[in-house]
Amino acid sequence: MPQPPNGAGVNDFAFKIGTVNGTGSASANSLLMQAIFRMGIPVTGKNVFPSNIQGLPTWYEIRVSKDGYTARPEHVDLVVALNTATYAKDVAAVRPGGYLLYDSSWPLDDTLIREGITILGIPFGRMCVESFQGDRERTLLRNIAYAGALAALLEIDMDVIGEMLREKFSKKKSLLDANFTAIKLGYDYARANYTCPLPFHLEKMDANKDSILLDGNSAAALGAVYAGATVGAWYPITPSTSLMEAFKEYCERFRIDPATKQRKYALIQAEDELAAAGMVIGAGWAGARSFTSTAGPGISLMSEFIGLAYYTEIPGVFFDIQRTGPSTGMPTRTQQGDLLSIAYLSHGDTKHIALFPANPAECFYLAVEAFDLTERFQTPVFVVSDLDIGMNDWMCPTLKWDDSYRPDRGKVLDADALERIQRFSRYFDTDGDGIAARTLPGTSPKGGYFTRGSGHDKHAIYTEDSAAYLEVVDRLARKLVTASTAVPAPEFHAQNDASGAADIGIISLGGCHAAVLEAVDRLRHDGRSVDYMRVRAFPFAPSVREFIESHSRCYVVEQNRDGQLRTLLAIETGIARDRMTSVLDYGGLPLTADRVVSGVLAGERQTGAPEYPSVRSAVPTMSS
Amino acid sequence: MTSITKPPVRHPSLPKNALGLTKREYEGAMSTLCAGCGHDSVTAALVQALWELDLPPHRAAKMSGIGCSSKTTAYFLRQSHGFNGVHGRMPSLATGANAANKDLAYIGISGDGDSLSIGLGQLCHAIRRNVNMLYVLENNGVYGLTKGQFSASADVGSKSKRGEANVQPPIDPVLLALSLGATFVARSFSGDKAQLVPILKAAMRHNGFALIDVISPCVSFNDHETSTKSYRYTRNHYHDIAPVDFVPLRREISAEIPDTSLVAVTMHDGSIVRFRKVDSEYDPRDRDAAYAYVRARQAKGEVVTGLLHIDENAADMHGVSGTVDTPLVELPYEELCPGSGALAELMEEYR
Repeated sequence: MPQPPNGAGVNDFAFKIGTVNGTGSASANSLLMQAIFRMGIPVTGKNVFPSNIQGLPTWYEIRVSKDGYTARPEHVDLVVALNTATYAKDVAAVRPGGYLLYDSSWPLDDTLIREGITILGIPFGRMCVESFQGDRERTLLRNIAYAGALAALLEIDMDVIGEMLREKFSKKKSLLDANFTAIKLGYDYARANYTCPLPFHLEKMDANKDSILLDGNSAAALGAVYAGATVGAWYPITPSTSLMEAFKEYCERFRIDPATKQRKYALIQAEDELAAAGMVIGAGWAGARSFTSTAGPGISLMSEFIGLAYYTEIPGVFFDIQRTGPSTGMPTRTQQGDLLSIAYLSHGDTKHIALFPANPAECFYLAVEAFDLTERFQTPVFVVSDLDIGMNDWMCPTLKWDDSYRPDRGKVLDADALERIQRFSRYFDTDGDGIAARTLPGTSPKGGYFTRGSGHDKHAIYTEDSAAYLEVVDRLARKLVTASTAVPAPEFHAQNDASGAADIGIISLGGCHAAVLEAVDRLRHDGRSVDYMRVRAFPFAPSVREFIESHSRCYVVEQNRDGQLRTLLAIETGIARDRMTSVLDYGGLPLTADRVVSGVLAGERQTGAPEYPSVRSAVPTMSS
Repeated sequence: MTSITKPPVRHPSLPKNALGLTKREYEGAMSTLCAGCGHDSVTAALVQALWELDLPPHRAAKMSGIGCSSKTTAYFLRQSHGFNGVHGRMPSLATGANAANKDLAYIGISGDGDSLSIGLGQLCHAIRRNVNMLYVLENNGVYGLTKGQFSASADVGSKSKRGEANVQPPIDPVLLALSLGATFVARSFSGDKAQLVPILKAAMRHNGFALIDVISPCVSFNDHETSTKSYRYTRNHYHDIAPVDFVPLRREISAEIPDTSLVAVTMHDGSIVRFRKVDSEYDPRDRDAAYAYVRARQAKGEVVTGLLHIDENAADMHGVSGTVDTPLVELPYEELCPGSGALAELMEEYR
């Protein structure tokens, strides 16, 4: 069992860089993260950025964990404070005994002075002014200079950094030289003026041999390419935009006919999310694998069309990269606030298949699975990701592809099959699984039918007759019951394989997974008996109910205010909501293991958990 | 969208088209619209046009939204796939379907409520994308299914059945389409089948978005003395600007008597649209002139009809985006998946 991370040490610490957005710090930050990754050390980076193009505070948090924990850290051992506007917040974020690095081109600001931490000053600004020409170059290279200082303080392998700079600027010699100069400025100054490395620092490992650094939106887009999706329609919205942009890039690489230079895909930037949903459904109806990517506000707008696709039984994949709601909310902060609305999106009786990837690798695999499920069940399928998974680079296992994979197109009758039957009835279930065969437009004169969102009977004919209406909607309910046994099963992390259920049962989903895994280790390390179930899909498999029933104390960990997963579990399993205690975190930042541990422990101390237990998080601030 | 099946009786002497099909095979379910509804005349014109074009019925896709007009897709081409979607959002469904399978003939039927109010945005953007489809806007100035509210195309001063006057200026789909860069814009009248049929045929052969605004009076709620979308008003103010003749590619055209007032436009598939220039200054290929002409005549209270604008050389949505010639739905999966080798190579870039 790995030791819980309880203090800074070699390959076990976290640091945070506070800058102003639009100044080019993002590339320096990813350089640092990637360099650590290439040193074979498990690493995580979280970009905490504003909904803004230039001039507002932005932070980058890097956690190094020899044990492979990838959740956001609760404590920061070193803060690089380069944004005067956030000095007070940044200095407060340093753990007692930790370090603060600031730009000493100017005198030490009063707000930065704090007892119990070590303050390091390096004149990044002044050195860059002396070494480079022009505001733009000076600003950009100041970022590289702090990366150099961190390389010295944390002992990042300079050979690795050099190799990365050469890869990046292989075609721009002047930029390469300038970057090397800047790296050296920071590196040499730190070495000359401070004891390097700091007590917590890096040592090469060999833990990342079969890992990559990838964001969930790129992974999901790649999944769409590999699944054979040909039509993507979307409306730009943070934090989902990069999914379609990645799809475009992969398609430009893999889907251009070499001879004609023509495209084997259609990507349509729609006028709004309503139209995007309509295009996905139109393409799905015509037989293409089609999809969109959006976020909460888009989900709300698509609701009408989702009801149409549900009732008329048309496939389409809807990626929801959740952000903080309600309404516009905080577009660049994460949350799991769309669970309830997605489960039953649109008016009337509806229910939808939803998949909950926990990391970028799963975004890839579940994207492929989503396309199979949507065509097999002829109903919209949601892939419910979030900003943290979608936009941050995560360390995850190298993606693999099985070339024997072939798409599950579901029950589609071609011209030959139509010839063999007497009459085609679009909504007639011949084998009891709730799924009727469909035809694609253009197939054969025997395959035509009328798709309508109005009441229809099993022959797709308009009806206002109760019995004929009920026959169709009751079959739809059966179809979703079948789906609950076909969607990805929950993932169980049991304390004991043999000796029955543990005392505590934790239930969670999606982006909470990394923090929950770490929390489970810590709880077990403290002697508690814990089982953990990660729900991977809706409607819930029967094993979800069994897990709750077999644990007298259940904690549902999720990132929204109202305990939406807990409510869904109660609705769908019939188990009382009060049987499960919510552990919630919904301030917009990725979940930390500390919050999970403290939430569960607080619950353990209480008897009879109230509606909103006191363990729910206060609104987290940057310093938390 | 009530459907009443018609009895499958065929008279043996009914004429057949090149596919050996009679006009009956281009019909659909029995209409449930009010007796005398202009929309039923449009349906009849469509049946005639599609039959004359020898369109294989199962290679067409009928798209519509919600409203009286949108119901009519059930009344023709019973062998085709039809899609009666949600109110005002047929263009996006048609766009997606067309993106997936560009080889089908897309026939969109909409109305003034569906297109000019709830669906105005989608109409505009389908025009901008030049989605290859026929878009018939059955325009009666009134919401029929909800019993008589003004639509966005009702003229100022036009009175409702209850005598209430409309006070908001109308949206004219023709002027709208011209200003958005539409590549085929026509206006016709449900009562003039002789004009409507060739326009429908030309529109079907147009490689792009073909908008036909068809004044189609509502006999129940908007066919009274004070309405400007009534049969009587339309007949009295009707001005056929450019009578159209449509000549499919395979037909012999050399036998036609030469007529210097005829202008022939060759479509992308080689078929020819001809129109007679009634007003010598009018040329449908000149967008700005067309716009000015329609406006000028409108000021005089005239309803200008005919093929008002055509740009036969514009690329459609697929042409603009450079999609492969094969419809995307027909591409085999093996051509779409890059495979494990490509993935392994790609993964190296994420280390």
